[in-house]
Amino acid sequence: MAKYSLNINGKITQVEAEADTPLLWVIRDLVGLKGTKFGCGMGLCGACTVHLDGMAIRSCQTPISTVKASSKIVTIEGVASLNKVVQEAWIEEQVPQCGYCQSGQIMSAVALLKENPNPTDEQIEQYMSGNICRCGTYNRIRKAIHRAAKTASINKSSKSTSKS
Amino acid sequence: MSNNSTVNRRDFIRYSGLSGVALVLGFSSAHGASKIENLSALVGQSFNLSPYVIIEKSGKITLINNKPEMGQGTQQSITALIAEELELGPDQYVIKQSGGQKKHGNAQFAGGSFSVRNSYDEMRKVGASAKEMLLSAAAKAWNCSITDCYADRAKVYHRPSGKSLPYSDLVETASTLEVPKSPSLKNPKDFKIIGKEVKRQDIPTKVNGTAVFGIDAVLPNMVYASVERSPVFGAALVKVDKSATEKITGVLQVVEIERDLGAYKYPGIAVVATNYWSALKGRKALNVTWDYRGNNKFNSKDYNQSLRDLAKTEGVVQHSNGDFDKVFAESKDQVESLYETPIISHSPMEAMNCTAHWKENNTLEIWASTQVPSWVIGDLTNRFGLKEDDINLNVCFNGGGFGRRLATDFIVEAVNLSKAIKKPVKLVWTREDDTQLGPFRPPTFSAMKGTVMDGKIDTFQHKVISPTIVPLQDKSKVDTTMVEGISEQKYEIPNMKNMYVYSDVHIPFGYWRSVTSSTLAFAHECFIDELAAKAGKDPMEFRLGMLNKPTDTKRVMEKLKEVSNWSKPLPKGKGRGVAQYEFFAGLAGQVVEVSSINNAIKIDKVYVVVDLGVVVNPDTVKAQMEGAVAMGITAAIKNGITFAGGKAEQSNFHDNPVIRINEMPAVEIHILTQEGGRMKGVGEPGLPPLAPALANAIFAATGKRLRKLPLEIDFV
Repeated sequence: MAKYSLNINGKITQVEAEADTPLLWVIRDLVGLKGTKFGCGMGLCGACTVHLDGMAIRSCQTPISTVKASSKIVTIEGVASLNKVVQEAWIEEQVPQCGYCQSGQIMSAVALLKENPNPTDEQIEQYMSGNICRCGTYNRIRKAIHRAAKTASINKSSKSTSKS
Repeated sequence: MSNNSTVNRRDFIRYSGLSGVALVLGFSSAHGASKIENLSALVGQSFNLSPYVIIEKSGKITLINNKPEMGQGTQQSITALIAEELELGPDQYVIKQSGGQKKHGNAQFAGGSFSVRNSYDEMRKVGASAKEMLLSAAAKAWNCSITDCYADRAKVYHRPSGKSLPYSDLVETASTLEVPKSPSLKNPKDFKIIGKEVKRQDIPTKVNGTAVFGIDAVLPNMVYASVERSPVFGAALVKVDKSATEKITGVLQVVEIERDLGAYKYPGIAVVATNYWSALKGRKALNVTWDYRGNNKFNSKDYNQSLRDLAKTEGVVQHSNGDFDKVFAESKDQVESLYETPIISHSPMEAMNCTAHWKENNTLEIWASTQVPSWVIGDLTNRFGLKEDDINLNVCFNGGGFGRRLATDFIVEAVNLSKAIKKPVKLVWTREDDTQLGPFRPPTFSAMKGTVMDGKIDTFQHKVISPTIVPLQDKSKVDTTMVEGISEQKYEIPNMKNMYVYSDVHIPFGYWRSVTSSTLAFAHECFIDELAAKAGKDPMEFRLGMLNKPTDTKRVMEKLKEVSNWSKPLPKGKGRGVAQYEFFAGLAGQVVEVSSINNAIKIDKVYVVVDLGVVVNPDTVKAQMEGAVAMGITAAIKNGITFAGGKAEQSNFHDNPVIRINEMPAVEIHILTQEGGRMKGVGEPGLPPLAPALANAIFAATGKRLRKLPLEIDFV
């Protein structure tokens, strides 16, 4: 066992774990943030997606020993500080069914919109194809991402208008 | 259970467990219909009744949902039935999930697409009764006629003066009144929630990580476990060398534990650790010797051939009308085809898991994602000799069910483990366990025969060859689950004889969303298409030509023809196919449009028409249809589970794939309702038509008739 210092959602947490323990289980069972989900354990489904220094990563494939103390981890519980409109769009489009994969879907969508604020259908499909939804909410995910992109651009332009 | 149907003032009770006085209203479905049961037993601890509405003096209103929420939207739909009649806004109550005890009814399960249709009348009456009592209480307070009072958004208004009182102020008086025996229900024209696209209350919790699934449960001093089981079904455990496992940091103990899947019992070795990762590492370090008892010779190639051989045997008659044997034998133009479907997994995103604590005082605390709270309580009370009240079952959000969570094996396993180690334990299956260990959707092979005359089907035979979900005891009988719907389609066919042939095999099978209709519809509706081609008719017109009586199926097909622009020709290289299926869960029809590009098929669009009679939440229905299309496509085009050396050859999403966002076509959904129409289910009917409509579309686009699932759409 070794000690690790983690910055999760802006909060510094100390944990003790074996070096090869995946970040997923550290987040869920040592830190106690249950929104990040275990789906496949092989980086195939995206249910465990979190942000590590702004990048969407699969926490089930990230040993705790590879995470630097200076790195910033954001989980679904902290994602509103990065982007609230994605979660709002998810509610507006009534995306989730069982909801189990949706934390990962939202984390991926937020990372996509950061990289590409106005993605096309094809770009959405390419970026989001690492996240499986067994309930089949894909068409609503696509719509919700477009909605979030549109809302963000309206918010931005109204902000710049009010400044001028 | 009280047999007293006259309800007196004690039925609404001062319930000390809540904040002051509560109006608690319930009913029991045990005696059918709408009887309001005596609620006095709620006082004290002998809860044998079913409270669904709790209005507290503080203003807090709780509605109980007794159908597990696995994504199908029951939390919203079931409570909407109460809220509609009780005049509550969707934002004015909290929802509590029931935990299997009989006080919340005997049918606490989500399966068979039954939840909403079987609750529609009863739950509305619950809401209507409560409203009537609150109106009476207000009339008393204002000394006016009840007809001067009306309810809206948790308040009662005095129509002449406009004054109002919140429900919370009326609870104390209302709790002294008698329960109306036959409360008047609202005219559907006045519905504010039912039939409207109301947002689901569970969704905000599912976008911020706060929704609690079974896997999220935490108990004080809880340990974690992973179980090693034989990859070959039917193996015996010879010996376990646990020396390497015990050296792994965090591993606490290694315990033999049995998995009970009803007809089958499988040995297993649980590795218990302080954390899940250590349990997994400890499990990998086990050295287990199994005796496969010959079951390692089982493989899909030989098994499928055995089903083909069985197809040549006579089988047992399931249905007969007219004289199939004579008319078919005399026909010169006989059509015969064999259709094949694979074994597939459920693969819900949340793998099986359960957190259980067998306490020192022989009571039990369980946290689980399950579709069947009633069965869990029934199973555990029988198995362990416990009383209902000894079991505290917390039914969590199900991270997908699709029939997998109808089985209770993973719950019993965790309970047994906790009992053995005397600790609270969270037992979590890996994705590999979930993929390889079943129960699976059973394969069905279908031997089809038929002839046409004057542009219509003259003779028709669907012979099903399959294993069963519950092993068949009497082989001279037909397993009704395995012939689901094959004799219930509304086509008017003069000579029909349907058969069943049983295949005995040791693989565990289970109920998979839409059960066998998802495979039987493939053969049935593709063969109808083959006969249409034989008759030289358009597949849609051919079907409509055999639907002359005014049935729901006829309405579905007519609507489908209209909304899919069926009569408008498609450009070359594109094709459309149609299929419908009626079975226990309900009725839907689909038209699939495909493009053929360099011998590969792209699914462009799916039109869905679902017949419901009454719709409670159209948006939830649409979501279920979209989901059924997605799951139907996976079942139609992905490889499924195959066996070699007795083991499942697939293990995770890389070799047991499900469709991803780039494979999802556009879906257009139309819901048919009909005043006074029979209510039908929502969760499953969207699945069976997909595979046949897709195969029929591929035939239309390419001229190639595919009779085997999975359809190899990348190379047609």
